[in-house]
Amino acid sequence: MNESIEIPEPTTHFPGIGVSTDQGLLQWISSVDHKMIGIMYLLMASLFFLLGGVEALLMRIQLAIPDNHFLGPETYNQFFTMHGTTMVFLVGMPAVLGFSVYFSPLMIGANEMAFPRMNSFSLWISFFGGCLLYFSFLAGGAPDVGWFNYAPLSEKNFSISQGIDYYSLGLLLSGIGSVSTAINLIVTIINYRIASLALNRLPLFVWMVFVNSFLIIAAFPSLNAALAMLLLDRQFHAHFFNTMNGGSALLWQHLFWIFGHPEVYILILPSFGILSEVFQVYSRKPIFGYAFVAASSVAIALLAFGVWAHHMFAVGMGNTVNAFFSAGSMLIGIPTGVKIFNWLATMYGGKIQFTNSMLFAIAFLFEFTIGGLTGIAFSIVPIDWQLTDTYFVVAHLHYVLIGGTFFGLFAGLFYWFPKMTGRKLDEKSGRWFFWLFVIGFNATFFVQHILGIIGMPRRVYTYPNLPWYGILNMVSTAGAFMMGASVLLLFYMILKGVRRGKEVGSDPWDAFTLEWYTQSPPPLKNFDDVPAINSPLPLWQLKYGSNSKNNEDEKGQ
Amino acid sequence: MMKLVVGTEAMFFISLIMAFVYMAYNSGFEPYQVKALDIKTTGIFTLFLFASSFTFWRAEKNYRKGKINNLKTWLIATIILGSIFLFGQGKEYWRLVQDNITLNGSVFGTSFYTLTGFHGFHVFVGLIILLIILIMSFLGDFDKENSTVVSTVGIYWHFVDVVWVFVFTVVYVLPKFTNT
Repeated sequence: MNESIEIPEPTTHFPGIGVSTDQGLLQWISSVDHKMIGIMYLLMASLFFLLGGVEALLMRIQLAIPDNHFLGPETYNQFFTMHGTTMVFLVGMPAVLGFSVYFSPLMIGANEMAFPRMNSFSLWISFFGGCLLYFSFLAGGAPDVGWFNYAPLSEKNFSISQGIDYYSLGLLLSGIGSVSTAINLIVTIINYRIASLALNRLPLFVWMVFVNSFLIIAAFPSLNAALAMLLLDRQFHAHFFNTMNGGSALLWQHLFWIFGHPEVYILILPSFGILSEVFQVYSRKPIFGYAFVAASSVAIALLAFGVWAHHMFAVGMGNTVNAFFSAGSMLIGIPTGVKIFNWLATMYGGKIQFTNSMLFAIAFLFEFTIGGLTGIAFSIVPIDWQLTDTYFVVAHLHYVLIGGTFFGLFAGLFYWFPKMTGRKLDEKSGRWFFWLFVIGFNATFFVQHILGIIGMPRRVYTYPNLPWYGILNMVSTAGAFMMGASVLLLFYMILKGVRRGKEVGSDPWDAFTLEWYTQSPPPLKNFDDVPAINSPLPLWQLKYGSNSKNNEDEKGQ
Repeated sequence: MMKLVVGTEAMFFISLIMAFVYMAYNSGFEPYQVKALDIKTTGIFTLFLFASSFTFWRAEKNYRKGKINNLKTWLIATIILGSIFLFGQGKEYWRLVQDNITLNGSVFGTSFYTLTGFHGFHVFVGLIILLIILIMSFLGDFDKENSTVVSTVGIYWHFVDVVWVFVFTVVYVLPKFTNT
């Protein structure tokens, strides 16, 4: 499909983030505009973020003191399952896709996604998938066997309530949405960028989205196949994972993690992209080593499919298999490390502006590196045997998912909020949010490293009063409530920012990429004309000419 | 775009085929059940499916030359051939169920029906799409405009055929060469 079609664009004013349009709410619900869909993705992520956060806080209350009976074991199991599933599929994915569909077309000078109606379909099917998953609470019990849903625990004879059926159907639906969005993004980036922009000159955020979309379409099918098999097992008594009748529990683990490990890179790559933009703008310097940042994402994407079994070292696959996946997992540390050094070098010698966005980006470097180091530790098989299924794992995954993905998303939120609404988030209360969140986050999860090492297993609803268990868990709970308070502050800031934030022009950060070329918020038709430039930093060239530092740096590469 | 759809579908079938092979080695199939498969009859029906790829190719060629009537004829031939394949699959299912090989009866049944069933479902969806473009061609949608619809559907239809090459090899042919 290569012929270009003129997309009819309404000339009415883009409603920003309010519902005060001539059609009210209907304009939002029926919208096929990529910016409105992007915002709705972010709203969906926020809604489920609150739900998942409340589940987390309830769990932390239960764990605050030894031998607590605030939640029963059944409820606790449902909460940790729903917390994990929600945060990965209904918060992480829509947040990542929301930024992707909002900003990818803008950054490549396109007026719309390639398939606007499919874009809308993807959003709504993901949303209803999430609703279906949450409906399980009303339908006799939420899924309760963990977010990775290991067979045969998830089989009918061990999990009688219909929670797992809702899990399978909900994730199938939202998975279809993610795959179709990924296809949409790839076609958009290939066919709809301005004619003069070469693929190897894409802004880095778009590069990451591009690579990420390929990861999505390659990884999700294996989850969908596994979910289909599980549904066949549960509804029609097939034998895939039914170990008593010749089925295999390991098959589920393989299929799930062939999806599941790329999935964590799917969640982190767009954050890498956001950070690559943020570091440049607030250091007032072009990225150090554009080609390395871009190519290392491709390396991550390829290696992502060679590491899944490191989640399964404890199941006894034999030394050869373990050694292979151990080496693969260590290898993937290299391209990730390359990126960290690129960002450090971007900051080096730059005129750094410590905005909230930049603070989150810098904090990311610390937190994500801690998460990365514990990840490398886990790739060493004996360490994994010792620590698997302890709180050390919980600490590790939260350091990479919060300290990685969410810090990147927060950096993106502060950076792009003026573009999305025309107003700034309050920097001063933003400081409060930043420090509360970072301190709360470290208090919650750093102590869990220690808890894991002294042997506290994960996914157990209560624990006896062993030395240190009580005090460390109490610290963790206190930290969690600090994070909870800071998130409330964030939502208050966003509401206030949308209504009464300081109005800023189209380009408050003096940024480098095309989305800042149009007004804020962009009109429904993004651009009337776009300068014909071939550069990852087109606005930089436009504003400062081509004799700037940009050229020196490119020679340096 | 359709190439990307086909790519993601290919990953889906790779998962299913891997599950089939994994089941064959890990749990092992009952030999008498594997032998119950009739490679000759299914082989003949397979030829019908491959022939449908050929007829579709002819349809597309004629469309490129603007011969809409030939397009219609070849499309009808494609639909008939695809339907014959599905009929053959249904017939085989019926026979196997009579032999008491069912989805919930054994590991072999589970793997066999899921893999071939998902493929059959894709053929079925393909037939619906073909029917739609046949109706479109009768309504005159392809008379003037140079549309990409036909070649896009072609990517999907050929893909369904290629998948069957792998499924047929793994399910029907390879067991003839192993001891199970």
